Amino acid sequence: MSVPKKLLNDPNACASELLDGLILAYDGQCEKVGKASIVKKSIPDGKVALLVGGGSGHEPIYHGLVGTNFADGAACGDIFAAPSPDVVLDATKAVHRGKGVLFLYGNYAGDVMNFDMGAELAEDEDIEVRTVLIWDDVASAPPTKKEDRRGIAGLVPIVKLAGAASQVVESLDELERVTLKARDNTRSVGCALAPGSIPATGKPTFELADDMIGLGMGIHGERGVGEIPMCPADELTAKMLDLIFADDLELASGDEVILFVNSLGATTHMELLICNRKAREILAEKGIIVHQTIIGPLVGCQEMAGISFSLTKLDDELKKYWDMPCQSACYSKMEGRQS
Amino acid sequence: MAKEQLSVEETVAMLDAVADAIIVAEPELSEADRRLGDGDHGLGMKRGMEAVKAKLAEGGFESVDKVFMAVGLAMMSSMGGASGAVFGTLFRNGGKAIKGSEAFDSAGLAEFLKAGTEGVMSRGGAKPGDKTMVDALEPARKAAESAVNMPLSEALDGTAQAAEAGRDASEDLIATMGRAKTLGEASIGHPDAGACSVAIILRTMATFAAGN
Repeated sequence: MSVPKKLLNDPNACASELLDGLILAYDGQCEKVGKASIVKKSIPDGKVALLVGGGSGHEPIYHGLVGTNFADGAACGDIFAAPSPDVVLDATKAVHRGKGVLFLYGNYAGDVMNFDMGAELAEDEDIEVRTVLIWDDVASAPPTKKEDRRGIAGLVPIVKLAGAASQVVESLDELERVTLKARDNTRSVGCALAPGSIPATGKPTFELADDMIGLGMGIHGERGVGEIPMCPADELTAKMLDLIFADDLELASGDEVILFVNSLGATTHMELLICNRKAREILAEKGIIVHQTIIGPLVGCQEMAGISFSLTKLDDELKKYWDMPCQSACYSKMEGRQS
Repeated sequence: MAKEQLSVEETVAMLDAVADAIIVAEPELSEADRRLGDGDHGLGMKRGMEAVKAKLAEGGFESVDKVFMAVGLAMMSSMGGASGAVFGTLFRNGGKAIKGSEAFDSAGLAEFLKAGTEGVMSRGGAKPGDKTMVDALEPARKAAESAVNMPLSEALDGTAQAAEAGRDASEDLIATMGRAKTLGEASIGHPDAGACSVAIILRTMATFAAGN
């Protein structure tokens, strides 16, 4: 396989160069703190803080999730590597306003270890930390073993809901409760058509035959439910949504959801729209109402081809938080359901 | 000349040699990880070891434990990722266990590996047989424990051999941790990349102590 043509300088400096670029793109809303943390400039005193983070290379997540009614800060790791404990500590101290900090990130071994070590360091400095792990990928483990599931694209609606709630709630307990509900109401499934590459080496992150689809494959090429032959968009969309419907989140006629159709990088907006058309048809047949659609390449892995679907079921409380406007480098929307 | 024990300065030189060996092994470590993970283990270890070399060059270490702990801190903060957390913990917890030692000897090696291995298992939740670095560390810990009366060079040679055997045996294991766990039986036939790194680290230490 040929090495992808990429616009880089020093291949080993991608993470720090992209972070510098991202902070500039925030046009003064955010600043760099410590070695590799990005933090909102105006966090009111007494606010319960929300911190996200993870490895770089999946832009615009995770560090693009900082913003209005989004996260207060993000701890950024190197390419595909969790941020180190000192980076997590820097970010935690920078967002803390006296009411504690909620850590919200994807369930990956490296992230859990480093964020836990960061939380221990923060607790040494009398900052209260709670953690909610995102594990929305239904293809990564059975519903009885959610703690083994990976966090994928569902983190975008989950962080948006938690970020909006963090503006309103009075306590870390309350933010944890709402965030757990958003997490537990979200399910995702992904697939891979072609691998991304590691920027420093140009090597593909996994191997997949040209005529096969990795159904349920994770954003780093982790194996999902298995490989299936290449098929039309409608057929794949139905297969993927079936995996979500087969899971333990009850979705009944009249339920309202956020529908997020995501590209892993190389899959085009055209293809996302084609898949969205079929997804809406399937949801309509079940009487499920889409309160808002998100479409775009928001959770990716370089030039990996593939898509993911995420559904977040809303109740009155989550709908209130969803309808609050938001702005970040990753996703922005107006008040209500307009995008 | 084979060493009975190492001074603080010699410990610094030994760990500098370890850093060089890992940096050289970057392509093979990344390749090992590409089969089971996302292929960046070697890159992370290389980044960590470059930070280790810079830290060691600063000098000013009062005792052996301070050298190991500096290595752990440099890896932890420069690497991030699962590898940074667990390798950082190995060197930091191992170093803490030999606090105040003016020389590194076979008893110190056993203490280092005992505390380091326990720290790694507790941080990452892995146990022997999970196809992780623990599968090289645990046999190395046992070998070091039974070699406390030997000169350091011999104890390290046995420890490195045990780690290499553990690395090789990890080929036949099914991954249950980290990103490789979703491969299930497809993970059989390849050694764990972390176990490969552990074997390189201990073999380089043994070669240094043997005076070669």
